[in-house]
Formats: sequence, C-alpha cells, structure tokens
Amino acid sequence: MSNEILKIEKLERVFRVGSEDVHALRGVSFTVQSGEFVSIMGTSGSGKSTLLNILGCLDTPSSGEYIIDGVSVKSLSKNELSELRNRKIGFVFQNYNLLARTTALENVELPLIYNKDVPAKERRDRAVAALRLVGLEERMDHTPNQLSGGQQQRVAIARALVNDPVIILADEATGNLDTKTSYEIMSLFQDLHGQGKTIAFVTHEPDIANFTTRKICLRDGQIIEDKPIVPLSAIKALEEISKMPTE
Amino acid sequence: MNITNLFKLAISSLFRNKMRTLLTMLGIIIGIASVIAMVSLGQASTKNVQSELSSMGSNMIMIMPARQMRGGVNMGNASSKSLDENDLKSLKNNTVYVAKVSPMVATSKQLVYGSNNHPCSINGVSEDYLDIRKYSLKSGIMFSEEDVKRYAKVCVIGQTVVNELFTNGEDPIGQVVRFGSIPMTVIGVLAPKGQNQMGEDQDNIVFAPYTTIQKRFSGINYFNMIFASATSEEESEMAATEITYILRSNHGIKTGSNDDFEIRTQEELVSSINSINKMLTMLLAAIASISLIVGGIGIMNIMYVTVTERTKEIGLRMAIGARNSDIKMQFLTESIILSLIGGIIGIFFGLILSYGVSKLLNWPFVISQKAIVISFLVCAFTGIFFGWYPAKKAANMDPISALRYE
Repeated sequence: MSNEILKIEKLERVFRVGSEDVHALRGVSFTVQSGEFVSIMGTSGSGKSTLLNILGCLDTPSSGEYIIDGVSVKSLSKNELSELRNRKIGFVFQNYNLLARTTALENVELPLIYNKDVPAKERRDRAVAALRLVGLEERMDHTPNQLSGGQQQRVAIARALVNDPVIILADEATGNLDTKTSYEIMSLFQDLHGQGKTIAFVTHEPDIANFTTRKICLRDGQIIEDKPIVPLSAIKALEEISKMPTE
Repeated sequence: MNITNLFKLAISSLFRNKMRTLLTMLGIIIGIASVIAMVSLGQASTKNVQSELSSMGSNMIMIMPARQMRGGVNMGNASSKSLDENDLKSLKNNTVYVAKVSPMVATSKQLVYGSNNHPCSINGVSEDYLDIRKYSLKSGIMFSEEDVKRYAKVCVIGQTVVNELFTNGEDPIGQVVRFGSIPMTVIGVLAPKGQNQMGEDQDNIVFAPYTTIQKRFSGINYFNMIFASATSEEESEMAATEITYILRSNHGIKTGSNDDFEIRTQEELVSSINSINKMLTMLLAAIASISLIVGGIGIMNIMYVTVTERTKEIGLRMAIGARNSDIKMQFLTESIILSLIGGIIGIFFGLILSYGVSKLLNWPFVISQKAIVISFLVCAFTGIFFGWYPAKKAANMDPISALRYE
C-alpha cells in the first residue's frame, strides 16, 4: 500500500517585499508515501511555514510542481483548492483554533458542514467517532474553555481526522503544551500513525521530531537533511518523566 | 454549506452576543416601527375624514356662485349674486336626480338671552337643510315650509349655543333670544355633531328660515350657496350634470361661455382631502425612513466589528474547506436575519403604537398591509445592502494571515 500521497518537485516560493524579492523556498523536492510520519524541522525563517502553507493548499508555489493524492495543485481555482482542503487535508494548529463557545462535537463537525456529500446524521456520527478516537467521547458537549490545552488539541486532532484526509498537517502542534502533554499528544499521533494515517509534522523542537519516522530539515529554503529515523516511543518517554521526581 | 446550516450558524452566533444583537436590532426596530406607525396613522386619518364626510352627507352637492372678476380683481369665492329664488324653484321642480334642495344665506350676529350673549353664525336655510346635511334634532321641531313662506321669527340652535346662552339649565325650547334687535323663538335644539375634520365646532350654529335672514337681517334677495342632495351617492355626478344644465339655461349662459356658478360634490372634496392626507403620510414615512437608514448603518457597523473580531474563525473555516462564497453567505445571512427579526419586532411595535394613538384620537385603527409588506422587503434589502460589504471583506481575507491574526 506504499503509494505517493505527496509529491513536490523543485518548489519555489518568492515573496515580494517592497522592491526586493525574498526567496522563501528555493527548489524543494520530496515525496511522502502513504503511512509515513514525517517531521519537517527548521528554525524560524527556514521556510517551513511557507512549505506548510503550500502543502496545505492555502498558498500556491511560484514555480515547481505539487501533486497531492494524484491531483496537481498548480492549475486549480480558489474553490477547487477549498474543496481539496476540505476532502484531503486535516489541519492541526499550534493554538488549536477551536471556535469559542462551541461544543467539542460542533467543532469537530465543522469540516463536514462544508462537504455537501455528508448528510447531517452521518456528520454527527463521524464526529462522535473521531472524538472517540482521541479519547474525548465523554467531553463532546464541553466548550473549549472547559477543556485543558491538551484536551483542546485532541479536539483539534479529531477535527482534522473527521473528513478522513489523505494527510494530516500539524503546525507546531505541541508548541503551546508542556512536556508531558506534548508527549501525550505525540503518543496519540503515533497511535494514528500505527493505524495507517499519513502525518506531516512541522516543528522546531528536535526531541519532538524524534517521535517520527522521517526527518526533513530545512534551512534558508532548502532541504539540508532528509533521512528515515527509528522513532522513539512516546509512551516510554511519558513513563520516564513520570518517574522523575516532581519539584 | 446548505441553508439550514447557514441559518443555524447565524442564529447561534447572534445568540452569543445577545446584548449587541439587541442593540443593533433596536435601530431597525425603531425605523420600521415609525414607518409602520406613520403610514397606518396616515391611513387612519384618511379613513376618519371619509367617515366624517359621509356623516355630513355623502350625496351632498354644494352649488356656489362663481368667483367674480371685477376689473381684473378676483373677488373671491361666492362673491357674485347669481343664485336666487328662481334657481331654487327650478332645482326643486325640474330635476330627476336631485332629492332635496336648500339655499343658504349666512350672516353672523351677537346672540343675546337674558344677561348672556354669544357670537355665532346664523344660517338661513330651508326646511330640508337638516336632511341634506345629516343633522338631527335633540328636542323640539324644525321650522316648516310655512315658516319659510311667512318669514317666521323662529330658529333651531346647536348645542354650543345652548351651553353658552342657557347657563341656568332652563329648557331652550320656547325661549326668545335676540339677534341684534330682532327677537326669535327657539323651536328646536340640534343633536351634537362635534368637531369636523378641520376642527370647527359644528354645534356653534343657528338655523333660521332663509327668507327671514334675507328680508329681516340682510336685505338681500340672492343666496350665498345652494345645498342639494342627490337621490343616491352614485347618482351625485348625474345630479351635478342636471344642475349645471338647469342653472346655465336659467342664467342664459351661451354655449362656450363659462359657468357663473360652481358645483362641488363630496367626491371632489373627499379626493382633495385624501390627496392632502396622502402627501402628509408620504412625508412622515419619508422622515421615518431616515431612521431606518440609520438603523441599517448600525447593522453595517456591527457587522464590520464582527468580521474583524472573528478573523481567526474565518481563517480556520477557510483552512478546513469553506469557500469564499460560504464565508460571504455566512455573514450575509447573519445581517439579513438581524434586520428581519428587527423588522418583525418593529412591525409589531409599530402596530401597537398606531393602535394606541388611534384609540387616543378616536380614529379608526387601520392595519396597512402594504406598509407591512414593504417594510419587510425593506428589511431584507437593508440586511443585504448593509451586510454586503462586511461579508465581502470577510470572504476576501487571506486564510494564512487570517489564521495568524491576533
């Protein structure tokens, strides 16, 4: 079942700032196979956010080719891009981006509202199933302010899963969480990976990247490293910090 | 996104900010309520005039001498002396569509009874006048044709005159009042009619035989006016034609020359008062609609605030697959619902207001369906018009920067 989910080739992205051209990406190429758990590393300014925006079909490359699940993004209209995001991509953000004063269930249902093919009944069932998958079935009527940071991020992950995307794009998904909660979230991602989900995880924390199966490092808009790694187990990491004495 | 979802979404986000929603609606509520109230009060006033005119006698026809020009100077209405006894006779005897005829000779005198006196207009009329003008008697009798023939010194007086002169509560019937130097016997008292549309007291009146006024007071032999009644309201135009024909032949007016008299049926009076009322209603509605525009701008203002406030939400929705048109429809629906609900409440308050005012003024209560339908459409339009730009602003946001917006 090893087929190409993502394929980017000689991706360039040039921003025009004042009278100067800024090259955020300078010829980036890689492919992601189905079932991979990729981390994209880089310091700020390395172009990883730009890359993520392009991978997420929020932005289009200045030149180069991007094919997601067999669809070339280059020639698509705005509405077609929206539909692509809706059907094929699941986003997880650093600051969760849940709708305030809206229950977890409604938050998870949100992507399906924009999918005409999903009737209301099925929408609810799928949202409940996604919440069950992240272990928050009991809290589906809670609003974000009644949930902890980790729980909010789980709701966001459920929202990313609900449309059954070909890839989950996580943007610094653990950036706002403490170490323990970060490891819990990474363990959830590893579970999902174990179930065959394809995940691209953007981070600048090397220890988080160690939980993935492949590391891509960016610097100044170019790939400086791309290698498969043996992932650490997040559950074990959790056990270790629980052994440590609390101050 | 389908309509049900759009609707639910809009309702829930309006509910999240109850106070703000209410205050925004208030502008629309006041605007619509005042438009509705103004229009239905205007229509009530029109209806009031109509019913008052028909109580005056809807088949009544007024015949006045034409304006006279003397050396290029317009002498004003009823300035000529063209109507006389001869015309009266012809109108009485030679018509088919005219039921009753009464001349009128007006004068005004100080009335004296005992130590009381009161200024009052005295109308010299014939015995048929009360029927034509729809007056009725409270007590006593109307003078007869006989009284007219012999210039009888009798009169019928209105309630205001009774109140002013007979302050000790005595029965006016049979009492003698003086008009200047001439004593007259009161033989009847009119049932009160109240004020007319122009605010004139219709009870401050004295009727006497027209011959008495002509011969004993004014020393004239013409009439100021002739009142007639058509056999029915529908036939008043026919009656007017008939009267015109008779008077022209009586006065020897050649074909092509102008009439030396003027005929007014109630129809003309009604339509002229109606058109004044309509104009006033339009004017009031126009003023009221200014507040509607202000309300609409309030919606626009709040929608702009809402869009800015929810930039992040917009970014997220776009990221998970909302199309620009979905976002636009979301905010447009919100503003339309806002103004429609405001409009419904406004219609409700407008009706209550006009009900209250019409009860207070003793006017008929009129629900103007047209005004309600128009207000409803105006509300929908307001929602779309003033919601459009904020919604467009939301739809045109760049998802990347919207997501990063703090």
